[in-house]
Parts: sequence; C-alpha cells; structure tokens
Amino acid sequence: MTRPISITLLAKAGPHLGRGLGALALAVLLALPLLHLLPAEHALHVSAYTLTLVGKILCYAVVALALDLVWGYAGLLSLGHGLFFALGGYAMGMYLMRQAAGDGLPAFMSFLAWSELPWYWYGTSSFLWCLALVVLAPGLLALAFGFFAFRSRIKGVYFSIMTQALTFAAMLLFFRNETGFGGNNGFTDFRTLLGFEITAPGTRAALFLCSLALLVGSLLLGWRLAHSKFGRVLTALRDAENRLMFCGYDPRGYKLFVWVLSAVLCGLAGALYVPQVGIINPSEMAPTQSIEAAIWVALGGRGTLLGALLGAGLVNGAKSWFTVAFPEYWLFFLGALFIVATLFLPKGVIGLLGKGDKS
Amino acid sequence: MPAIYPFLLSLALFLLPLTSEAGEAADFAAASPARQAQLLEHWAATPDPTRQPLLDALQHGRLAVDGARRAFIERDGRLVAAEGDAPPEGTPKKLRLNNRLRGLLATAQASHRLLAEEPEVRLAAARALQKSARPAQLSLLNASLARESDAAVRDALALALANLQLADPDPKIRLGAVRLLGETGEPLARTRLEALLAPDAERDPTVRTAAETSLAQIKRRLLFGELLGQAFSGLSLGSILLLAALGLAITFGLLGVINMAHGEMLMLGAYATYVVQLLFQRHFPEALALYPLAALPVAFLATATVGMALERTVIRHLYGRPLETLLATWGISLILIQLVRVLFGAQNVEVANPAWLSGGVQVLPNLVLPWNRLVIIAFALFVVALTWLLLNRTRLGLNVRAVTQNRNMAACCGVPTGRVDMLAFGLGSGIAGLGGVALSQIGNVGPDLGQSYIIDSFLVVVLGGVGQLAGSVLAAFGLGVANKILEPQIGAVLGKILILALIILFIQKRPQGLFALKGRVLD
Repeated sequence: MTRPISITLLAKAGPHLGRGLGALALAVLLALPLLHLLPAEHALHVSAYTLTLVGKILCYAVVALALDLVWGYAGLLSLGHGLFFALGGYAMGMYLMRQAAGDGLPAFMSFLAWSELPWYWYGTSSFLWCLALVVLAPGLLALAFGFFAFRSRIKGVYFSIMTQALTFAAMLLFFRNETGFGGNNGFTDFRTLLGFEITAPGTRAALFLCSLALLVGSLLLGWRLAHSKFGRVLTALRDAENRLMFCGYDPRGYKLFVWVLSAVLCGLAGALYVPQVGIINPSEMAPTQSIEAAIWVALGGRGTLLGALLGAGLVNGAKSWFTVAFPEYWLFFLGALFIVATLFLPKGVIGLLGKGDKS
Repeated sequence: MPAIYPFLLSLALFLLPLTSEAGEAADFAAASPARQAQLLEHWAATPDPTRQPLLDALQHGRLAVDGARRAFIERDGRLVAAEGDAPPEGTPKKLRLNNRLRGLLATAQASHRLLAEEPEVRLAAARALQKSARPAQLSLLNASLARESDAAVRDALALALANLQLADPDPKIRLGAVRLLGETGEPLARTRLEALLAPDAERDPTVRTAAETSLAQIKRRLLFGELLGQAFSGLSLGSILLLAALGLAITFGLLGVINMAHGEMLMLGAYATYVVQLLFQRHFPEALALYPLAALPVAFLATATVGMALERTVIRHLYGRPLETLLATWGISLILIQLVRVLFGAQNVEVANPAWLSGGVQVLPNLVLPWNRLVIIAFALFVVALTWLLLNRTRLGLNVRAVTQNRNMAACCGVPTGRVDMLAFGLGSGIAGLGGVALSQIGNVGPDLGQSYIIDSFLVVVLGGVGQLAGSVLAAFGLGVANKILEPQIGAVLGKILILALIILFIQKRPQGLFALKGRVLD
C-alpha cells in the first residue's frame, strides 16, 4: 500500500475528522457573506468577486449533486444537465428582465421592434409564478423526455448522447432571436430582485445564503433518498436492471422520479446562479458545459454525495485559477483530468481518502 | 412617351459615325465616360468584325491613350497605333473602364460574337444577350435570327429577342414573346413576366392571360429544379454524415463505446490535407492539383495511428465501462483540439479546391451541381464499398464481425480480441480521417471542425443500428435528405429539433435501429 502519509493519516483519523472538516467548511461558507457585509476597508472584508465566485461554485455543486443522483445511483449519465440549469436560469432571468424593464418591454424586445410580449412571458412579472416556472420548466421537460426515454429503455451511452443532443438542440433554439429569449446575448443588465438592488452587498449575501441553503437542503434530501429503500432500488437498477425487473420491480417509475428530481434541483441552482452572476445566455446549454459537470462528479467520486460536492469545488477552483494563470493550458489540464479521473480514480478523490483499503 | 426615347437615342447614335473624323478608337479614347457609354451601346447594335481587335483590347485593358488623345493598342509589350501610324506623344496611359462601361462592353462583345464562325461561340453570345440585350439591339437580333442556321443558337436568339419584344407596342408580337418565354425554365424569364403582370404594366387582356399561363409553366419547371436541388444537397449532406458516422458505427458496434474524439479524427484528417497541400505547394507545385489524392493515404494513416494509440493507451483499460470511456475520450478530444490550436493557430487554415474540384455542371437553368459535392458523394460510396469488402471478404473483417456479435464466444474460438479491437479502432479512425479530407474540400478547416459532427454521426448510428453497413448508409442519406427538405419549410434549427424528436420517437418503436443484429443476449 503506497499512499501519501497524509492520506493514510486522514483515513486513520476516521469519521470524526471528516465530520469536523465538514462542519468547518460549513462555518466558513456561512461566515463569507457576513464578512462581505463588513466595510470595504476592514481587514476581513470579502470582496464581491470572491463571494460571487464561491456562490457560483455552490450552484455548480448543486448541479454536481443532482447529476450524481442520476449517474452515481441510477447509472444514467446525463450529458444534458446544463439544459435544466439554464432553463431555471432563464425562468429567473425573465423575472429579472421584467423588473429591469418596469412597465415597458425588456430591452432586447424593443430592439427587435416587438410590440407585445410573447405568450410564454405572461405573468413573468410575478415572482411567485417565476419560481413556479423555475421548477416547472426543467421538471416538465425532464418528465416528457424521461417518459419516452425510459419507456423504450434507452440507457447507457444511448441515453448520454440523446441528452447531449437535447441540450444541443435547445441551445440552437435559444440562439435564435425569434425564440424570444434575447438570442445569443441572452439576458443581462439586471437591476432589482424583489425591489432590492441586485449588486447591493445585502442582496449578494442573501443570495449566497440561499445557494448554501439549497446545497445543504439537497444534500440532506439526497442523503435521505440514497439511504432509503428507494436508493437501494436505484443502485440495483444501475448494477443489474434486468435482474431487478425479474424481481418484480418496474424500473421506469424509479428512474423517472430521480431524473425529474435531479432536473428540478438543477433548475433551482440555475435560478440562484443567474442573479449572482448577472447574465444568462445560451452558451450555458452548450454540450461542453454539461460534460464538464460529469467530470466534477467523476473526479469527486460517483455514488457519494460528498464526492460530487468536492469534485465541483476542486474542478471549478482549479478552473478559475488556471484560466487566469495559464489560459493556454487549461484545456490540456481539463482533458488530462478526464482521462486520469476515469483511468486511475474510478472511485474519485473520496475513494482515495476514505475506504481506499477496502477495494 | 418613354417608348420614344430608345428611338431618339438610336437615331442619334446612327448619326454618330458620320460626325466623327478620326477612327472609332480615337473617338472612344477622346470621349467622356457618358459618351463612351453611348458609343458602346451603338457598337452593340451595329456589330462590325473590324472592330473586334479594339473591343478585345478594351476588355483586357490593353488600350492606351497618349497626350494627343490618340489610341494605342498594346501588342507583345509594344504600343501600336490603333489608327494611322503616328508615334505616341508622351507616355500613353492605360484606359480604365468603370463597371457600367464594363457591362456595356460585355454586351457589345456578345453582339460581335454573334458574327463568329463557331456555333458554340454564337450560342454563348446569344445566351449572354438573353440577360443583357438592350432595346437598341432589336433589329440586330432580328437580323441575326433570320440568318442563323444552327438550331440551338436560333432558340437562344429567339429567347433573347422575346425578352426585348415584351416592350413592343404591337400586342401580337408581345403575345408571341410571352408564349416563347413560357417554354423556358429561366429564372430571368420569371422576373420579366412578373414585371409584365404587375398592375398597369400590360393592358392587353390576351397578352395578360398568356403571360399568366407562361408564368405558371415557368414556375412549375423552376420548382422541379428546386426540388432536385434540395434532393441533391440532401444526398450531399448524407454522404458527409456517412463518412463521419461509418467509422463510429464500426467502433461503437465493436466496443459498445462512443468515441467522443471521433469528430477530432475528422479534424485531424482535414489538417493532414492542409499539411499535404503545403508540402505540394513547396516541393511539387506542378502537381498541386493532385494534392487531395495524395492526402487520402496520409490522412488515413495519420488518423489510424492516432486511433490505435488511443485504443492501446486509454480505451483498452476502460473495457466494460462505456460511460467512463465516453468521458475519457471527451478528454482526449479536448487535448487534441487544444494541441491543434497550439500547433496551427486558432484561426481556420486555408485549404483550396484544386481546379478539377471547383465549378459545377449546369443541369437545369436554376440547378448547378458543384463538382466537389458530386465527387464527395462518389467518394463516400467508394469508401462504403471498400469498408464492405474489408468487413466481409477479409480475415480481419471476419474477426471484427465475430467480436461484434459475441465477444466472449469469439475469444473462446481463438480470435485475438485485443488485436482486433486495436485494428478496428484504427480502421474506424482512418475512415474518419478520409472523411476529414472530404470535409476540407467543402468547408472551413479549423480546430472546432469535428465538434459539430459527433451528435449528428451518433444519430446516424442510433438510427441505422450497429453491425450492418446498410443501416448506416440508409440512415445517413435519410437524415441528410430529411434535413434538407425540412430546412426551407421550417428553418434549419427547427428542422434539426424536429428530426431529433422524430428519432426519439423512432427509438420507441425500434430500440435497436433500422437494422438490428438478432440475438438473445441479456446481462
């Protein structure tokens, strides 16, 4: 067993240390938005850039978690989760655009010389309806796609590429100006959210806390699911679907439920991502984005919820450092990460840390 | 009232030569641009074989003017006086024509060529006049038509004449012209008739009805050409999809693995073509036209080598874990793209069509089939035939088919599955490389070339099923034609989305694709 001494120590320290580290991380994350509220001259002040960056990564972590639920547990590798994320973001963006436009039309529509809102914009000036849309748009799309896909037992590579084709087609659709979502510029120039200035430190802190709450909430939900009978069935489904069917289970309902749940989580993450970052455009639906999400999960460790979070944090942290320091080499690094993670880390970083001696 | 102007104009023009003392060349050289235009129109209406050298000199920019505004024609690097034999005064300057004059010159050239000996030259001239003839040339066309002996040239001339006769004051002549135009399939005749049918343009009811009938006839013919054109571009897209998907179908059938770096094999093939082109430019410029042929083996070997190396180093170790393979090959594709960006730059590189691949054949007036697309369709079919031979008539092909059908059983019978995997992966990548050569001849060559093909080629594989070449061929051409037929109806994007939806529905019915291998294997 040749492992770095630090990892061996970590493994020896056991669950107590893990729990301690988790609590520490949570405490730091809770403290960040509060520190942002300090005056800018204060030594402990956290800049808006850092807060947005970490908030963004929190949203990505929710996506990783959602993807882990369908891939790690049910064995369905989706390469189209960026679509659900972007749909949630667009639903929130619609509300923000209406807020920014006041009584008039959103700027890009006046630019296209449209005189009235398309029907699907109806009611988007209401925050509650937009929240409903954040859940409904990705949820219903996932329901429809999942229904047909699982009915004909599309799985494995077929399923992956179909989801990729889905997000690719949606990207093409949203790129068109006629679709009514701002074409390739998407939505930007947001001003207020529920009457609060969107760039104000207080709003930023609140949004950050919401993202954190969503992350913790979905982690707990995922935990409950994974350790329930439902989770056991999902794992069985992943490992031997035919045998599960012979045991009298109908896998379609299980798959559909976890698939839609995962899509909705992504939509919520997207809805929190957009006001923090301040822009949403169709490039969020690019297949590349969705595949990157898969590597977060693969690197962190599939089938372990914490691994997905860890992976999202590691890859995105590396990305924001790399793209500034060596923009030329980021793609080499990312590509190598894909290969290394699949070849040498089948259980991810978590597998390396935790029960490494078992396998 | 406006109808009288052409008459006045031609009258004035007929008087022109009488007023000029010096020769035509000197006249032209000394004239203002407006008068040069008049002269050209006049010449177009009264062709004269002795004027031909002057027109040719004008067309090729060989006419020069000296200080005394006398005209000289450059011959073999020396300036020869166009008229008389006086030496030039000062340094003569080349005469330049503006675009309007160039157009008029072309018309004048065409009417002079009507006097040529060869029927082909006359035919080309008559065709040119169909588009550009001016009212002043009416009598010239009439005279040419009367003395023309060649049937094809007669038809072309009659059409050119009919275009002019639409403005004739006599309704009977207009009627004849309208009927004649109805016999053609020219897009130009349609615009002329539509102009005639505009409100207030034509008063005579019989001519109007005849024009409507003629217009309907032309539209029907044009529609036929358009449909053929759509079918052709569908076939062309299909052949490209086929070249992209064929290799993928082999590796997917064999290993159950989607090679996400497959698109990059296309890209590498296209860049191999670029490199071969550079080498030819530098070392064998005389054989440059043949570089695409030389690029074929180079691209095949290069991509096949890369493919086999990938199989050996990465994919082999992920055997039985298709989803991980998907991600690993995606990582490989990222690295390859970035590598090409670093080596060749992020911009598109220029791959030029050799002469024998540019241009096209005109099948119908509104349908031109480009040579490069025709050659690619033929090439795709050739590659399919070659692959079929390889898979069905060789030892390797037998092994590949055996492993595709049942890996364990094949291994038990002594098929070296590892070697077969590697060779088949090389073959699939090599075919993609060949596809890259074809793609380089019709589109941009850049690092992102392959990215857009992976989804399309996977759809072909899904639709066609694995293990059967016929499935891939049918699916590729079907998708190509469906795409191109839907495109003008509902737009390219919605067409793509509709096709995706149809494929999802299709899989409901036939999860194994069009052609499935029969088997009872269940995990």
